[in-house]
Amino acid sequence: MRRFLLNIGFALTVLPALHGVGWAQGILRIGMTIADIPLTTGQTDNGGEGQRFMGYTVYDALINWDLTSATKPSGLVPGLALSWGLDPNDPTKTKWIFKLRPNVKFHDGSTFTADAVVWNFDKLLKPDSPQYDQRQSAQGKSRIPAIASYRVIEPLTLEITTKEPDATLPYQLTFILMSSPANWEKLGRSWDAVAKSPSGTGPWKLASWVPRERAELVPNPDYWDKPRIPKLDKMILFPLPEVNARVAALRSGQVDWIEAPSPDAVKSLTEAGFKIVTNVYPHNWTWHFSRIDGSPWNDIRVRKAANLAIDREGMKELLAGLMVPEQGFLTPGHPWLGHPTFKLEYKPEEAKRLMKEAGFTPEKPLVTKVLISPSGSGQMQPLSMNELIQQNLADVGIKVEFETVEWNQLINIWRAGARDPSARGATAINFTYFILDPFTALIRHLQCNLAPPNGTNWGYYCDPEMDNLFDQVRNAFNPEEQAAILSKIHEKYVNEALFLMVTHDVNARAMSPKVKGFVQAQNWFQNFSSITMAP
Amino acid sequence: MAVGVSIVCFLLAHIAPGDPLTAIMPIDATAEQQAQMRAAYGFDRPLPIQYGIWLWKVLHGDLGNSIATGRPVVSEVTKAVGNSLILAAVATLIGFGLGTFFGFVAGYFRGGLLDRLASVVSILGVSVPNYWLGMVMVIVFSALLGWLPSTGAGPGGSTEWRPDLDHLRYMILPALTMSAIPMGIIARTVRALVADILSQDFVQALRAKGMRELAVFKHVVRNAAPTALAVMGLQLGYLLGGSILIETVFAWPGTGFLLNTAIFQRDLPLLQGTILVLALFFVTLNLIVDVLQSAIDPRIQRG
Repeated sequence: MRRFLLNIGFALTVLPALHGVGWAQGILRIGMTIADIPLTTGQTDNGGEGQRFMGYTVYDALINWDLTSATKPSGLVPGLALSWGLDPNDPTKTKWIFKLRPNVKFHDGSTFTADAVVWNFDKLLKPDSPQYDQRQSAQGKSRIPAIASYRVIEPLTLEITTKEPDATLPYQLTFILMSSPANWEKLGRSWDAVAKSPSGTGPWKLASWVPRERAELVPNPDYWDKPRIPKLDKMILFPLPEVNARVAALRSGQVDWIEAPSPDAVKSLTEAGFKIVTNVYPHNWTWHFSRIDGSPWNDIRVRKAANLAIDREGMKELLAGLMVPEQGFLTPGHPWLGHPTFKLEYKPEEAKRLMKEAGFTPEKPLVTKVLISPSGSGQMQPLSMNELIQQNLADVGIKVEFETVEWNQLINIWRAGARDPSARGATAINFTYFILDPFTALIRHLQCNLAPPNGTNWGYYCDPEMDNLFDQVRNAFNPEEQAAILSKIHEKYVNEALFLMVTHDVNARAMSPKVKGFVQAQNWFQNFSSITMAP
Repeated sequence: MAVGVSIVCFLLAHIAPGDPLTAIMPIDATAEQQAQMRAAYGFDRPLPIQYGIWLWKVLHGDLGNSIATGRPVVSEVTKAVGNSLILAAVATLIGFGLGTFFGFVAGYFRGGLLDRLASVVSILGVSVPNYWLGMVMVIVFSALLGWLPSTGAGPGGSTEWRPDLDHLRYMILPALTMSAIPMGIIARTVRALVADILSQDFVQALRAKGMRELAVFKHVVRNAAPTALAVMGLQLGYLLGGSILIETVFAWPGTGFLLNTAIFQRDLPLLQGTILVLALFFVTLNLIVDVLQSAIDPRIQRG
């Protein structure tokens, strides 16, 4: 009997571990907000959601995000690169050496090497290379602006040279996903064929895929990062772009999990027994101020008054709790937060005092125009939120007129900049930001040479002191030193009230109580490997 | 006619605000990268040249490739048209069946309780926003009762309708929702027609001759049919092109859903191709209805 029990115990515990596979536990069906299955060949389309479901599932980057914690912002961890750093023999500080992870196999069985990395960079950056893919290049090229060249040193050693010293390179590389050169060769050098049968090194394999209908992912039992081998039997992705259709699909049991339920549906879903999972993540909802001549936001008193006039807790109530009031431009608890002295509190009287100093009162208000959209990716509930802000600002002497334009048109206006006629004289634009790394979070909005058409410094802000800090970030190769400079930058963002800082979204998703083991990282991307389905 | 339709389709897609590159590039791509991609897709050429290239391809049966997915527009639209056609046909049949029934009942018993009841149902059909009706149907029959699925065209998110019971279950809610408006319109039209025909002299004469009521009814039906048929044909056309809201609410993979997706992604080739196919379909359908009308009612031919 004892031997029998020991055998059972062995079978239950040791055998699965030897195979590197946990007990397969169910099928998870997810309703995504996007209208189609994201591009499957490597560099995904459909923004952050595409990368979340078809990027970091099927593929790896050289450097990955640590998606294991719900309680702190994600940091960088080794992915297909074991280690990286500047070449100690290079005085220009532009040469980086990457030591790659050995014994990593693509899903097709071929081996990952430095040649594969070079091949993947060529796929995005060299139009004359046979594997160049316009669709992947469109998605990936803009993510790695620092890279000047790259070469294989040894089979598992890679050198990347940047155009100028740039310590933000590791962050840029998190976006670049490695697809299999051997698979592309085997499938007749056709990306259309690869799309149907892709091969990455990630924890999930794409088992089948029907455009606009579904994608089925199954675990990769040979994944190099054993704790991230998926526990589920299968994960099925459905594109369900309409929010009511997603909620209905969840309620009728057609899916187990939906992305972004509407705030209106949260109460009824909770009452029906569904879980609403949220967490702060690197997103913010702001008004980006114009700083061109004549803009009222050039006066720091006006900027501070506007920030003090917003009733963020009232807005939270409006959004059924699905927001985190901003305490700064970055999310609460972020390591680059620093210690700003200006607090984003609701102090209408203080705001009125500042406006009076600036020469305005509720009776003789400052009148200005702001661009908003009726909806849009990441824009949350822009009409009702902006109406609340409009009321709040009117109370302290800022009378705002809205110029409402369709979301895609707003993107064009944002790209064109505040000086462009398309901005129609507006002095601020309501825009939400992906604030994941030093460039997307802080640099791109305010660096002098990134004003349109070179970049997305919409308001033409230009401050030599800030530019100097940005240069320091790019030259700070020690992570602690870099974090300290980023904190200084953030303090300047807040202390000088450079944006109207309103709220962070909470990346809400609704799921069946059967879904177990999901840890919602403070990131746009998530780890699905820990999930199981209760019977 | 077809050339006019093609010009309108092309211009509509290009006049709409937004940038087709939004679907294929990160929104913060630099101006240089945007210019490269714009050139690669041919959006940097003057509109007349873009139109000429597009028309030439269309004449050769090529609607181009979707910008967002890279797949041929023809295959995307063909699949979607098939799904919309079957949904619209079923919805029209339900609407026509219920609409003529309520219309005849109301027309025959005009002024009475049955007339009022039938009229209330038909007015509700026309007045209630069908996307709202769809949501209510989903809440009641999918979420609360759990009888019917709420999204897609078949099990497992299937995007292709097949004639089996599993797929039929997915069609019931969208088809019923979609039938509400044609039902209301046909009911009101038939009521007015029947009331008008019953007051005509020839009906009095038929009855005076001692003809049975069933035979009189047949005469009324023959007289009402051409107009009812014309209305049904038009409704089928409207449903084919105008079902964006219902197809979106039920995630039904038809032309409305495809149009909605193409609009939000600024996928110009897909948008142009879908509008063109729908417009040509509508023109063809009207032609068929005209031919059928004249076949049923010889007076139209003589006119």
